[in-house]
Order: sequence, then structure tokens, then C-alpha cells
Amino acid sequence: MDVIKHDVLIVGGGLAGLRAAIAAAVEGVSVGLVSKVYPMRSHTVSAEGGAAAVVRTDTGDSLQLHFEDTIKGSDFLADQNVAEYFVQEAANELIQMEHWGCPWSREPDGSVAVRAFGGMSVHRTMFASDKSGFHMLHAIFQTSLKYDKIVRYDENFVTSLLVDDGRCQGVVAMDQRSGEFRLFTAKATILATGGCGRLWAFTTNGFINTGDGHGLAYRAGAPLSDMEFPQYHPTGLPGTGILITEAARGEGGYLVNKNGDRFLSDYIPSRMELGPRDIISRAEITEMEAGRGVPGRYGDTVMLDLRHLGDELINRKLPFVRELAERYIGIDPVHNPIPVRPVVHYMMGGVRTDIDGQSPLPGLFACGEAAQEGLNGANRLGSNSLTECLVFGARTGRVAARLAAQTPEASAAAIEALGADEEARIAARFGEATGDERVGQIRSDLQLTMERLVGVYRTGDSLKQAAEELRTLKERFTRVRVDDHTRVFNMELQAALEVDFMLEIAETVVAPSILREESRGSQARRDFTDRDDEKFLVHSLAYRTENGPQIEWQPVILTTESLTALPPAERKY
Amino acid sequence: MTESTIKLAVTRYRPGQDREPTVQTYTVPYHDDWVVLDALQYVKDNIDGTLSFRWSCHMGVCGSCGMMVDGTPKLTCAAFLRESYPREVRVEPLANFPVVRDLIVDIDDFMHKLSEVKPYIIREDLDSLPLGLGHELRQTPAELEDFKQFGMCINCMLCYSACPVYAMEPKFLGPAAIALAHRYNMDSRDQGRNQRMPVIGSSEGIWECTFVGECSVVCPKHVDPAAAIQRTKLATTNDWFKSMLMPWGNR
Repeated sequence: MDVIKHDVLIVGGGLAGLRAAIAAAVEGVSVGLVSKVYPMRSHTVSAEGGAAAVVRTDTGDSLQLHFEDTIKGSDFLADQNVAEYFVQEAANELIQMEHWGCPWSREPDGSVAVRAFGGMSVHRTMFASDKSGFHMLHAIFQTSLKYDKIVRYDENFVTSLLVDDGRCQGVVAMDQRSGEFRLFTAKATILATGGCGRLWAFTTNGFINTGDGHGLAYRAGAPLSDMEFPQYHPTGLPGTGILITEAARGEGGYLVNKNGDRFLSDYIPSRMELGPRDIISRAEITEMEAGRGVPGRYGDTVMLDLRHLGDELINRKLPFVRELAERYIGIDPVHNPIPVRPVVHYMMGGVRTDIDGQSPLPGLFACGEAAQEGLNGANRLGSNSLTECLVFGARTGRVAARLAAQTPEASAAAIEALGADEEARIAARFGEATGDERVGQIRSDLQLTMERLVGVYRTGDSLKQAAEELRTLKERFTRVRVDDHTRVFNMELQAALEVDFMLEIAETVVAPSILREESRGSQARRDFTDRDDEKFLVHSLAYRTENGPQIEWQPVILTTESLTALPPAERKY
Repeated sequence: MTESTIKLAVTRYRPGQDREPTVQTYTVPYHDDWVVLDALQYVKDNIDGTLSFRWSCHMGVCGSCGMMVDGTPKLTCAAFLRESYPREVRVEPLANFPVVRDLIVDIDDFMHKLSEVKPYIIREDLDSLPLGLGHELRQTPAELEDFKQFGMCINCMLCYSACPVYAMEPKFLGPAAIALAHRYNMDSRDQGRNQRMPVIGSSEGIWECTFVGECSVVCPKHVDPAAAIQRTKLATTNDWFKSMLMPWGNR
């Protein structure tokens, strides 16, 4: 088996992975970047609204204000030292992106423009029209091409981490082009694999967002944290789940029910359409349950009304919204409201790391959506995540590079044995798999279970039912068949490996959701409707055991260094 | 009532198994809001797990799912079955690229050409510019407009697939790479034009283009690579005249 050596190995080529790669390359170490897709296909590309930082002060903005908005948005589950570092570094990173060519939208004087976003007290979200993620991803990917220290391995699917002598020493990956397994050894390995929205049926996430990094870390013994908090975005297009950006409301759009009422006045009158996502998604569900939704082909929706913004503003600031609505549901938002409903969008939880991106498993790091470094708590604010990818991607890349420079090479013989074992495991498991279950059918049933039972509102009973159904799905998966026995681009085998991860990750979502007997952020329990700081001002940690996840709890960090900490209080807007 | 169906005629090619590409026909449910990609995924999940193709975002921005649909290069996430129904839909790998397997083509050539045109901001002070609040390089909305359209390229390869010149001369840089080079040349923050011109102005650069304009017709993002090529030709000609008339100036 071929062995490829780097100092730092990064899995995932989206915004966080590329930022980490450049940061590590600048430190002078050799960097391998492995991704199951070409970097420009990564899901960062679908982000629309923008990236938050204190880049203007004429708006009344300050680091303290961005910090407080983030903590309050998190329903006080964010680690405050991490949020503090985040707001301090945010502007540096967004201006770095500016110097790297990101076509940020501008004010007439040439300074960067900012727009309103949910849960943000002032305008602080930089944007590139309504394709911010697309432009940031292409700018940083193209910039990465000038660093000779970065070697890319596109379309390589990582199947496991190499753990030897108590350290992560790299990965085993399947090269899709040849079907060959290869070993990538490294002194530091960074997971930047994004989210796992494809656990649910109705999601804004791309087909690739199967949580592979979560699965890799979990199987290697690292804990996944706060997985009970998937974020529901309030405005997904019915049917496809395509994202209609929050910027549509940032620019002044209204959410209305079937009576044409701006119903948020009953829920969050001080912020209305610019409230945090968890609160607005719950309000939409409550309206539909009260019979005030608008019936449609794919069930009830509420309506996003942009008509009063006019076609000039829509064309200038929200052209992609218009294009998506026209193409996929045949509605021109200049003339008609857009039907929308809550849609799974982002995973607040992830591989538990410290502020440096270091996981409890030595040698293993994570950053971006794949990580739970402490920034987002129980509810992320819109436009914090693109910035998060940059701030923590950069820090993690730097720290990993410095660690790599002082770490000796791993034992080659031990590593090669691990690689051979992994190839044999996959061959034995899927090579001759001739059961009666299809990969696609199990994936689809998993997504429907999560959709039905692990939604915006949950109960202990719905979650226990979900746990039961997951057990059945795992049992069915032992009888999965793989018809494709060729090597080149065997996407059925890759799909089987993804679903294998997904079935385990789904358990790490359900298990802490059952135990967290409170409502906080995006976890809304009908049987425990209040927040309970006495018991649950803690992060969950899910460790893998043979009998499913074992859940432990870890206190939230409530202290800061220079900004003023925000003690937990009732979350009122 | 029986469910409506539609036929997909899909090109198959599995190296090591098939000696040459064949066509396989699948019958799938017809929905008026399904795109070709939905139908392909239906096949993979329910009929034939061995069919391979690339996709991710399903919203026309990741650039993964370009294929020939009824003979025209298209994003299959934006090509609706209703455009063909009730006729069968013909799905083939993108033309002008080597086929790796089924509907997956080899785009290494583009990835290499993209690197060659230095698609990033070049300026001597780039790494020493101060960061943070107030330190953006100023760029007016009009300056942004000068290049923004050429930066909308999603690297989907439809333009290469439609380009008759690339079909005949694989060394031709091609529409997307030239459009991206032009995007950086036109960016007010950039000073790297002279470093890009040796590649773009070479015989395999812009001069191969005979201005057929098919690239701009098929581009799903209205990048208009043909305009980028034309403008680069003009600028290069101007440079040549300047260097002849004023050999001492503007170096």
C-alpha cells in the first residue's frame, strides 16, 4: 500500500480546511489536503448571506456587542473565552479574505458594506451579494494554488483514522480514481469535513454532507459534543430544502402566515424577522400547528414576502434568491411571496476541541462545522459560521503546524499494518455484501426517522422511538448489499461507508437529546419546556462504546480575558 | 391511477468491465418538479446501485453535476425532466473530456490550466498589508462591477464541453480559465497582469479562440467567457502596439 507523508494532513477542502492549509503552509511545514470532492465543490459554496465581524464602528458596533450577541444567541451554552477570541480575530480574517480577492459588496466610498442578520444587534455582516460562501470559497481555493507546500489529493475518501501509540498518525483513504487504498501519515491531522445535515430528509445541505469527520473521530475514540443541537433555518424551499438566505429578511423581507399577518409580533416583537433562527423556526411550526400555515404540495409553509423591497434591490442584493425561487418553485419574489418552512441547516455540535482545535485524542484536530470548539452553543447566529471557519481554521492550522514541527515520525511498520487491516475490513464487510437491503433505502429511511422524530420540537417519547428505529436500521444495515464490485469511482461503496458513519452519528444526536431534559437553543422539548441551568449548563460528550454512545457532561466556560463576561440570564429579546 | 414514468437513456462505462461505452435505459417516476439529477439518484437508490455520477449542492452553485442532456451540456440539477417529457431523456458524460467512468469525466486538464493562469491577487505588499477594522483595500462599486461577472464561474466545465476549439486543440486554455484570468486582471486590487499575460497571450492562450461564442451560450452563470476572451485579445493587441510605439514606456 502506498504511503504518503506530510507534516500536517487536512481532511476536507472547504473554507475551514483551506484556511487551515494556508496557515500551516505559512508556518513552513508540508501540508496534505485530502477531500472526497474537489475543494470548490465543498458545501461552503452554498452559503449565501455573509460573514460577521466588527468591521465598522459608525454602526455603533463593538467587540463587546458582537460577543454578547453570540453568547445570548447560543442560549448561554457557548464557551465565553472562545467567543471572545472569535470576535477579536473576526475582522482580521475577513479583511485577509478581502486582500485575497473576495469580491465583497461595497459602499460608495469603497469600504466594505455590512447588512443586518438575525440575532445581531447592529449591521455587521459582510457579504458578496447573496453568494458570499461561493465567493469566499473560490477566492481562498484559488489563493491556495500559489502555496507549493500544499499538496492536494482530490476525490479521496477517508475511511478511518490511523491511531497508534495513543496518537492520531494520519488516515487511510480510498482514491476514487483508481479505487486503491493509500496511507497518509502525518504528525497532526485536522478534520474539516463540515456538517451532517444529510442525516435528515429535509435539509439545505449538499449530498456530500454526511458527517464523515464526525464518524472518523468518534470511531477513533474522540468525543462528539453538543450533537443534540442541529440548527433549523427558518426559510427552506418546500420539496428540495434549498436555502433562501436570512439576508432576505436582513434586507427587509417579512414572514407572514396564511392571514397575511407578520406573526412574529406574537413571538419576538422586538426583533421580528431578525430574531435568532431557533426562535423563528419554532414560531413557524407553532403557526402551522395552529392552522395558520399555507397548505402546499409538500405540506404547510409560511410565506416570505419580499415584494415591498422592489426589483432593483432584489436584483442588486438578492439575485440568487430570485434565481432559486424562480427556477425551483416557479415563483418570482418580485411579484409573489415565497413559501418556506424550517429546514435542517447546520450542526452546532461536532468533534470536541479546545480553542486551538485540539481534540482529546493527541494528534487529532478539528475546525469549522465539523468541530465543537465552543463558539455556537445551543444556537449559532447566522453569518457567524463562515467567520468561524476562518478564525478557527487559521488558529488550528498554525497550532497543528507547530506541533508537527516538534513531533517525531511514527513507526512505519505499525502504520502499514493498520492500513492493511482497514482495507481488509472494508473488503470483508462490503466486498461480498449480497444481502437484501439497498444502501439508498436505508439512508432514506434514516432520514425520514430523523425528520419525523428529531425535529424542531421533540419529546422524550419521540426521541426514544427514534433510538429504537436507529437500532432497527443498524440491524438492517448488516444485511446491506453492494452490487458494484469494480474499483474505479465505486460510488456505491463510498455511499455504504457514508451511511455506516451516518447510522452511528444519528445515535450521538438522539442519545444526548433524550438525556438533556430541558429546552435550550435549538433543542425544544415539549415535555421539558424550560431551560435548566442548574443541571444543564453543560456540553454533552458522546463517546463510542459497543452498546452505542455513552454520554458525559462538561461545564461551559463562563470566563473571558479582556471582554466582560456575560453571566447566564433569561434569554429575552 | 398509474404513476407517470419517463425513460432515461444513460451512458455506461466501467473500466475493467466494459470495453466501450454502452447505453442503458431506466424507467423512473415522472414528476414535473424533478430535475435530471433527481432521476439519476432515484436510479442509484432504487434500481441500479452501480451507476456513478458526481453531485452535491442541488442548487446550481457547486458545479459538480454537469452532463450532456439531450446533447447539450447542462447542470443536471437545473435541467428539468419536464423539458423532455414525454420523450426519453438522453444523459451522457460531458463532451470533450476523457470519461473515467459512467457520467464522470476527468477534469485534471482544467485544474492544471486554472493554476497556470495564477488566479489570485498578486501584489508585492500582499503579505505585509495590515489586517482588521478599516484596513480593506478600497474598491468602489463600479470597480467591483468591472470584474465581478467573470468571477461568477463555478468551474462546471460546460463551456469546455461546448467549445469546438477545445475539442480540436486540447492545449487551448479554454473559456473558464481565460475568464478567471481576466477576472483578476480587471480587479483594481491586483497588480499581476504582466505575470499572467505570458500564459494567456501565448499561442495556446486566447489566440486559438475563433469566437464561436458557444461558451457564453451554455454558461449557467452568465459569465460570458467569450467577452473575456475578446477583451483580453484587445488588451493584448494594445499592449503590443504600445510596446512597438513606446518601447521605453509602461514596463
